[in-house]
Amino acid sequence: MLKILKYSFYDLIRSRWSYVYFLFYLALGFVLLFLNNDVSKAVITLMNVIIILIPLIGTIFGVMYFYNSREFTELLLAQPIKRSSIFLGQYFGVAGSLTLSLVLGLGIPFLLYGLLRSNAIFNFSLLLVTGAFLTFIFVGLSFVIAISNENKIKGFGYAVLLWLFLAVVYDGLFLMSLIIFEEYPLDTFSLVATMLNPIDLSRILILLKLDISALLGYTGAIFRKFFGTDLGFLVSMAILLLWTLLPILSLGYKAKRKDF
Amino acid sequence: MKLDIQHIKRILGFAFLMGFQMGLANTWTVCSNCENSSIKETILRAAPHDTLLIEKGTYKEFEILVDKPLVIKGIGYPIVDGEKKGEIFRITSDDVTLDGLFVINVGVSYTKDNAAIRVVQSKNFLIQNMVLEQLFFGIYLEKSSHGKVYHNRIIGDAVDEYNSGNGIQLWYSSDIEVTKNHVQGTRDGIYLEFSDKITITDNVSRDNLRYGLHFMFSDNDIYTNNLFENNGAGVAVMFSKFITMKNNTFRKNWGTAAYGMLLKEINDAEIIGNTFEENTIGINIEGSNRIEYANNDFIGNGWAIRVIGACYTNSFKGNNFLYNSFDISYNSKLNDNVFEGNFWSSYTGYDLDKDGIGDVPYRPVKLFSYVVNRTPETIILLRSLFMDIIDFSERVSPVFTPDNLKDAQPLMKIRS
Amino acid sequence: MIIEIDNLHKKFGKNEVLKGVDLTIDEGRIYAILGPNGSGKTTLIKSILGMVIPDKGNISVLDKPIKKEWKYRKKIDYLPQIANFPPNIKVKELIHMIKDLRNSASAEKELIQLFGLEPFLSKKLSTLSGGTKQKVNIVLTFMFDSPLIILDEPTTGLDPRALIRLKELIQKEKALGKTILITTHIMQFVEEMADEILYLLEGEIYFKGSIKKLLEQTRQTNFEHAIAAITTSDSHA
Repeated sequence: MLKILKYSFYDLIRSRWSYVYFLFYLALGFVLLFLNNDVSKAVITLMNVIIILIPLIGTIFGVMYFYNSREFTELLLAQPIKRSSIFLGQYFGVAGSLTLSLVLGLGIPFLLYGLLRSNAIFNFSLLLVTGAFLTFIFVGLSFVIAISNENKIKGFGYAVLLWLFLAVVYDGLFLMSLIIFEEYPLDTFSLVATMLNPIDLSRILILLKLDISALLGYTGAIFRKFFGTDLGFLVSMAILLLWTLLPILSLGYKAKRKDF
Repeated sequence: MKLDIQHIKRILGFAFLMGFQMGLANTWTVCSNCENSSIKETILRAAPHDTLLIEKGTYKEFEILVDKPLVIKGIGYPIVDGEKKGEIFRITSDDVTLDGLFVINVGVSYTKDNAAIRVVQSKNFLIQNMVLEQLFFGIYLEKSSHGKVYHNRIIGDAVDEYNSGNGIQLWYSSDIEVTKNHVQGTRDGIYLEFSDKITITDNVSRDNLRYGLHFMFSDNDIYTNNLFENNGAGVAVMFSKFITMKNNTFRKNWGTAAYGMLLKEINDAEIIGNTFEENTIGINIEGSNRIEYANNDFIGNGWAIRVIGACYTNSFKGNNFLYNSFDISYNSKLNDNVFEGNFWSSYTGYDLDKDGIGDVPYRPVKLFSYVVNRTPETIILLRSLFMDIIDFSERVSPVFTPDNLKDAQPLMKIRS
Repeated sequence: MIIEIDNLHKKFGKNEVLKGVDLTIDEGRIYAILGPNGSGKTTLIKSILGMVIPDKGNISVLDKPIKKEWKYRKKIDYLPQIANFPPNIKVKELIHMIKDLRNSASAEKELIQLFGLEPFLSKKLSTLSGGTKQKVNIVLTFMFDSPLIILDEPTTGLDPRALIRLKELIQKEKALGKTILITTHIMQFVEEMADEILYLLEGEIYFKGSIKKLLEQTRQTNFEHAIAAITTSDSHA
């Protein structure tokens, strides 16, 4: 698997798109920091970018890579390599190179800005960690979608729909159900609903640092316990990890049964 | 002549004696193995204007009545231990100074507000450098005036509101300076009720159960340069007029009903140059009118300002609103307050004429804040793309938020 | 017996591609797998390679069942039908990579020379023409020394010169005692190379035997006509 990972990774970090992605983050980082001169604001803007854009890029990139490397995958399948190694290798190659672009692209300007001296370092590293998680999750989901759909256009469509659903529609439905059932206790419901969407989950994870003051304004005991202690952070992290494992496992499962 | 000289001598002698009696007041030393081993008894023996020097040691005494002008001064912080039996010092005379004592174990009572130091109907008192611990009430000023509470440390260990007292309490008092005190772990750090013309400066009030500072029916008071941190509910200013609040810092008051500052029925106040940082609600305003909010910093609060009920003719000018989850929240569609020339970190407008003022007005009320007011659980959707889209559309064409609630002259740069 | 297939079934959706294939492949011979489009040739090959997972039936390669196995592929050199390589990799890197992945001895140098690929070694695969890609494909297949070689449409895009080289190469491998499976549409190529014909029709082995046997059975003199006639004659394998 490591060999496949290595080659996928090399292949990707040499592709134009990785550079575009990297340069995008680099530019974003520089603009946010050196035009605004304000780390806290930069962190807030970055959060929006991270929870929306990273899933989108991860999804599209994952699907594209999977379909584009189909023949190459077939070549590999005829080699004495375990099937799951091929797909997992490719998966980690894609997710790894995207994460690298993200971390370097944002990290360099922040380092230059003197982040290490700023107290925003924790918030910032949390952003990067969350971004990495989201990359792995969404590349994974897109791989699962791609491996389940022979038809490129269909697969692409599903992947974009998935992103749209998780990034926007889900929250709309969430909000509606909260308002419709507002007379009932909704603590547990809203926490569970948040956990079920990796984008919401990442958002909450960042909110725990950025907006803890507002989150603690709510009366519910479960909320208070969740947001007021380290419990929220630990639980969110653990579930995010689960979210990362889920597509990997189902990718492994699908890969074993797939015909080429 | 002879007689005259004798007469003069006699007069001089009398004057000398009197002078000795009045000017050179006695100094009494109290220590555990001296002749005077009890503070209470030494006070009985002392004459007005005498000085009691309390040497280092532990004095197990309570209900010490100071009913004449005295200076009671500790040397090396002697401990006065009330053994939880009741009140410890009770001052009923003018011109009393308490200085440098370590007072502990005030008796907790459900019927009497026992204090470590109580001043009753007295003037010109000075309470300084005291350390009060294991207390119920700390310093309780009752119908007193023209005194000074300076540089004391009051450390409570309050757990429940019902059986704890306030750090410094002023009741029907006036013209008092409360300066450089440190109060923590009590019910209300500093509590004023029917007390006017009080100056509260350079105090630290933190980790108190309820309010760091609490005003009720007290007018013409000034508080400046104080730090209020991590109090159960922040600072409450209620039913008072003409209060000046300047350069204070309100930090980390987190919780359901926690505020940097709670204003209720406050009229004609000035709130200038304060910092509200990381509070659930920076300022909660209820039925307060004609208040000037200027040059304050609101940093990283859940809600920088929440306006409930009718508030008229308030002005918000030159404030910095930085990274608050919500800048302003309103629960009505009416607005009679002025927002002008503030800096809003979430302002995204432009300044084509380069005059430092944004060309597009800023609308500080998000639709989302209405949604959260209605269904609090929706707070979990804060900063989601969906909410951002909705807020954006509301900003473009306001339906739920007051149309005139806007800052027409938002600053482009942070006011420094 | 290098490959043994027993009652192999495979369905794609409702489309039943293989309906109980039984087949044995012996060592040291060249087999041509023929059949009309959609008859299951590629599926059969891919089943042997483990790329298609059968619904039913067993496949053994070198006397070992291949189910859930992958190491046996070390004994197979496979030339896929359409060679589409990762675009950002150079030819020599690709060769190096496959070597690295297989981790076995290889003789790519002579092959590169044989097909005149030296000028292309430092080019990215995305810049190569179809024929050149196929040559790279051939190098990648033949550079290892495995007892079983499977070629799926090996002649695609090759110029006559390269075609001759390929034929020589196949004969050379056969001389080394290797077993070779080929699918192709070029009948002349089959006639020249194959020791034995496997004719698939509607998911079953319709005919298995030498060209001679085929000609006899179909009573034709021309191989191409014999293939065309195979389905109309009543001769069943």
